[in-house]
Amino acid sequence: MSTRIYVPRDSSALSVGADAIATMLRQELSAQIDSGEVEIVRNGSRGLFWLEPLLEVETDQGRVAYGPVASEDVTALLEQGFAQGAQDHPLALGLTEEIDYLKKQQRLTFKRAGIIDPVSIDEYQAHDGYAGLRNALNMSPQDCVDAVKESGLRGRGGAAFPTGIKWQTVLGAISEQKYIVCNADEGDSGTFADRLQMEADPYALLEGMTIAGLAVGADKGYIYLREEYPHADQILNEAIAIAKEHNFLGEAILGSELNFDIEVRLGAKSYICGEETALLESLEGKRGMVRAKPPLPALEGLFGKPTVVNNVLSFSSVPIILDKGADYYASFGMGRSRGTMPFQLAGNLKQPGLVELAFGITLEELLYDFGGGSRSGRDLRAVQVGGPLGTYMPKSQWKTEMDYEALAAIKAVLGHGGLVAFDDTVDMMQQARFSMEFCVEESCGKCTPCRIGSVRGVEVIGKIKNRERPFENIELLHSLCDTMENGSLCAMGGMTPFPVRSALEHFEEDFI
Amino acid sequence: MTQTIDQDAVSKKVAEAIQANLHLAGPLLPILRQIQSELGHIPADQVGQIAKALNLSRAEVHGVVSFYHSFTSDPQGKHIIEVCRAESCQAMGGRMLESKFKQDLGIDFHQTTDDGEISLEAVYCLGNCACSPAIRVGEQVYGRMTVEKAENLLNELRGESS
Repeated sequence: MSTRIYVPRDSSALSVGADAIATMLRQELSAQIDSGEVEIVRNGSRGLFWLEPLLEVETDQGRVAYGPVASEDVTALLEQGFAQGAQDHPLALGLTEEIDYLKKQQRLTFKRAGIIDPVSIDEYQAHDGYAGLRNALNMSPQDCVDAVKESGLRGRGGAAFPTGIKWQTVLGAISEQKYIVCNADEGDSGTFADRLQMEADPYALLEGMTIAGLAVGADKGYIYLREEYPHADQILNEAIAIAKEHNFLGEAILGSELNFDIEVRLGAKSYICGEETALLESLEGKRGMVRAKPPLPALEGLFGKPTVVNNVLSFSSVPIILDKGADYYASFGMGRSRGTMPFQLAGNLKQPGLVELAFGITLEELLYDFGGGSRSGRDLRAVQVGGPLGTYMPKSQWKTEMDYEALAAIKAVLGHGGLVAFDDTVDMMQQARFSMEFCVEESCGKCTPCRIGSVRGVEVIGKIKNRERPFENIELLHSLCDTMENGSLCAMGGMTPFPVRSALEHFEEDFI
Repeated sequence: MTQTIDQDAVSKKVAEAIQANLHLAGPLLPILRQIQSELGHIPADQVGQIAKALNLSRAEVHGVVSFYHSFTSDPQGKHIIEVCRAESCQAMGGRMLESKFKQDLGIDFHQTTDDGEISLEAVYCLGNCACSPAIRVGEQVYGRMTVEKAENLLNELRGESS
């Protein structure tokens, strides 16, 4: 058997030089590769991003990790027996599975991330892949929907709407044509879980969407992918082609009566297209303008047909629910937040990466036990949770348990699970102004509070900065936030005030 | 991009992009993406051809072109540098990188250097937040950027161009 050396093809690993390392290894080890002694596998990332490029070598004891590896290290690594799993080099990290950061996680959705070659359908199946679909093919559509309902899975895109209830509505709708749409327009800063999932384990998403098609009676699925993710596009298309060859997509899937196809569509750089109705407009070839609801997309969605719109992680969590059962999935979590949540640690942290855990961990544990504190070495001061529309949480709130309801109780949101940490050099007035600037850039323009309110927001914060009647202008800013919150059609205008207000409330000293 | 592309050739490229995608449901975005990628912009005088093929008004097509940040009506530089302006990169010195590029290139966002070589664009998150700050040049994303690395990259791009 040949020794397998893993070099990730994940975007983040590539962004710090993984391709150059793979090329060097192929050159240096060309003889062993030709003779079949060594095989270089381009896997996904384990999500331990501060260690990327993270190389792994398979040994009898398990996979041994090395990282972060630079091209300059390759020669020395090889000289010191890296290809045999020797651990003399200072970059050796021991067995990958024993790395604390990974060992402490509860990986369900991401259980295969970084372990398999993302486009190998054999490896996917060897790691429980397509077991969920095989079960689903022997179940009635209603039983599939019930399993998702009972698992307690809530939309992982940010809104946390119960996935099974959405599916029930689409199942109940009468129409000859229904659609499954995957929202892969992951635009929130500080989030990368969708990207990691699609690049590390694309078949899980394809399987989840196929099960959804079976459950609600749809034969066509679209993945609306942001154009900022070219590698995910490449990997998804490779996986779709292979899945078709193996009859996991297409007609009469695995000899059943199920027909289902998936097509990837790229966006064109627009944050608002992550809002589900704007996304549908964009898929139809229009400006990404938000639609008023009702009608719900579940009844009148893509091209006016009943449509399931779910996030990448929601779909990717479905296979394990159908494989191991709703109870198994629901046994993780707390309260009404069942299952696991992939938290994404970003910003100024020593150990940024993906941490999948049951709901209920505190922010402080995530920031310090996993994140390792600030990268700059200075004190952490603020953490924005839940993307650009999420609040900035001060230290006094870091004991909050990460669960949808606990965060809602303090007017915060979990969103898509991104955390962006800032050290004490952050200027919170500048951050508040940025939130408004972002809304100016990305508002679809349909409703006035969002389109005009954000422009006024930038102006009024500018006045506060210039010390023009600051107290009156702060009051005006609050009033503007009220208008945006209450008068906007969607979360873009409705939640832009969240980061602004949290900055005002918890970091007042930066304004006055 | 210095040589003028002949008008017929442009028109032909646009017609090809339409043909290649017309069978899709909702074909406008894929058509525009292909034109933008092949011509570096969506020429205003081609909007009519696209509108006609899709049975839309020119205003509708123009509306879509102007809505999305990816589509431009003016030619872009040979290299497009996209600098992430979002929060995670801000927390890791992204604003410094922003100024560095603007200063060195002598242009602001959405502008192109006089020699038509480099365009500077803002991007709001590349999904590379665990390796912030990040920028993108073409299909290549660069993580853990520093001002020094930015300078080397600019030199490389300029070297390639001259």
